[in-house]
Amino acid sequence: MYHIRDGFRSIFTHGLMSFASVCMILACLLIMGSFSLVAVNVGHMLQELEDENEFLAFVDENYTEDEARALQSRLESITNVSEVTFTTRMEAKSNFIGTQENQNMFTDVPNETFRDRFHVHVVDIEQMEDTVEQVKQVPGIADTKASMEIANGFVMLRNVASGVAIIMIVVLVVVSVFIISNTVRIATFTRREEIAVLRMCGASNWFIRGPFLVEGVILGLTGGIIAYVAQWGIYRLIQNSMENSGILDIISAVPFSNMALVILAVFLGVGFSIGAGGSAIAIGKFLKI
Amino acid sequence: MIRLTDVHKQYENGTKALKGVRLEIADGDFVFLVGRSGSGKSTIVKLITGEIQATAGRLMVNGYNLRDISQKQIPLMRRTLGVVFQDFRLIEKKTVEENLEVVMRAVGATPQEISRRIPYILGLVDLKNKGRQYPNQLSGGEQQRVAIARALANNPSVIIADEPTGNLDPARSLEIMSLLVKINKMGTTVLVVTHERELVNRFDKRVIAIENGRIISDAAGGGYYNNGR
Repeated sequence: MYHIRDGFRSIFTHGLMSFASVCMILACLLIMGSFSLVAVNVGHMLQELEDENEFLAFVDENYTEDEARALQSRLESITNVSEVTFTTRMEAKSNFIGTQENQNMFTDVPNETFRDRFHVHVVDIEQMEDTVEQVKQVPGIADTKASMEIANGFVMLRNVASGVAIIMIVVLVVVSVFIISNTVRIATFTRREEIAVLRMCGASNWFIRGPFLVEGVILGLTGGIIAYVAQWGIYRLIQNSMENSGILDIISAVPFSNMALVILAVFLGVGFSIGAGGSAIAIGKFLKI
Repeated sequence: MIRLTDVHKQYENGTKALKGVRLEIADGDFVFLVGRSGSGKSTIVKLITGEIQATAGRLMVNGYNLRDISQKQIPLMRRTLGVVFQDFRLIEKKTVEENLEVVMRAVGATPQEISRRIPYILGLVDLKNKGRQYPNQLSGGEQQRVAIARALANNPSVIIADEPTGNLDPARSLEIMSLLVKINKMGTTVLVVTHERELVNRFDKRVIAIENGRIISDAAGGGYYNNGR
């Protein structure tokens, strides 16, 4: 109780530095959280894309329907292939005609114009290119058709978001520790006489450390809580504006409530660690006997 | 009890502050340690409080051998000492009572012990009504009495006063010294480091004189200054 009271008192004594520390932790956590949430959402979209994702494998036109059907088990045995569906050339023709406006124009098109084909679903969209190559190697498969651009675009976006998040986290954690350690260093400097007296009367290092650790932890946790609320607000704001613009009809965002507890725990954990770590660094030299 | 046996101290810059100091202060003694600036008085205080280590020799303080003492034992050894500084070193943002409370908490005193002992000590130094005041609301003499009260808070067996009257006028200095004598009469060993001849001569106490890092005189009854040095 004594340490907590003293820690709080010290925060208000160095109000401006304390404010700067909380702002720095807030900025650190918000940037970290925003990039992480982008990565989570892109990952979520990728998952949805993967669920629907497929490419077409066309069978050699010299193959009979039975010979073509026989290729299914071979395709299913390829790694990363989750599901294979066979479509005959007649079904393909009728599907094609069904998508056309002037359907009468195509009724005379011979069935041989179309090929028997397989709809191949993949497990991991990142490995789609390799899977397409493996399917092409199967004897009897004449050609493939895949939309790699969308898949590659999502993969790149997720990787960039994750990479940037990691770099930003490292940089901002280092900066935050530096700022908070300077705040506590100022507190220890202004209280050096008190520390000297406490040391001389036989106080243990933990007793001397206590108020400064409490100060750092309070600053860290305060930054964590404010960052959580701000992150929630920003996320809802972006989600609402996406809803209004209709983007969410195309892509879907993960609801904040699904991640709220994890985000709160991470923000509090990081805030606590930055606060305690910064204090420990700052007071180390004052504890020499 | 404090015992220094052939203690040498050489600082990193090469200065030889102590050259074979040998002295013993028994429990219950009242001792003045006198000497000019740079004679080695402060080095002896720093050695006794464990702030620095001797280069050679043996140093015992209240049962602790300071040559072999571990970092963890130093706070325990210091709890047997009470230190009074020339510049008081009171915590300005705490009241008199809080200044005493913090050093008691530092050694693990319970709230009950604290609330029982603080009024007693403030009564001892004649500051019973000043507990709620802040240091800057007190005179120099009163601040030094608070510092003495703080040194007494944890009931140490030895009080070390380093130039305790250096910032006080003669009347207040006499008050402070009389207070230290009173504390000594209650059983606490007192070591007063000073260079104030007049003051030392007023008290019939043991005087240890140091010069150039060596003890040059150790006599009872203010003998050093009375011999005209």
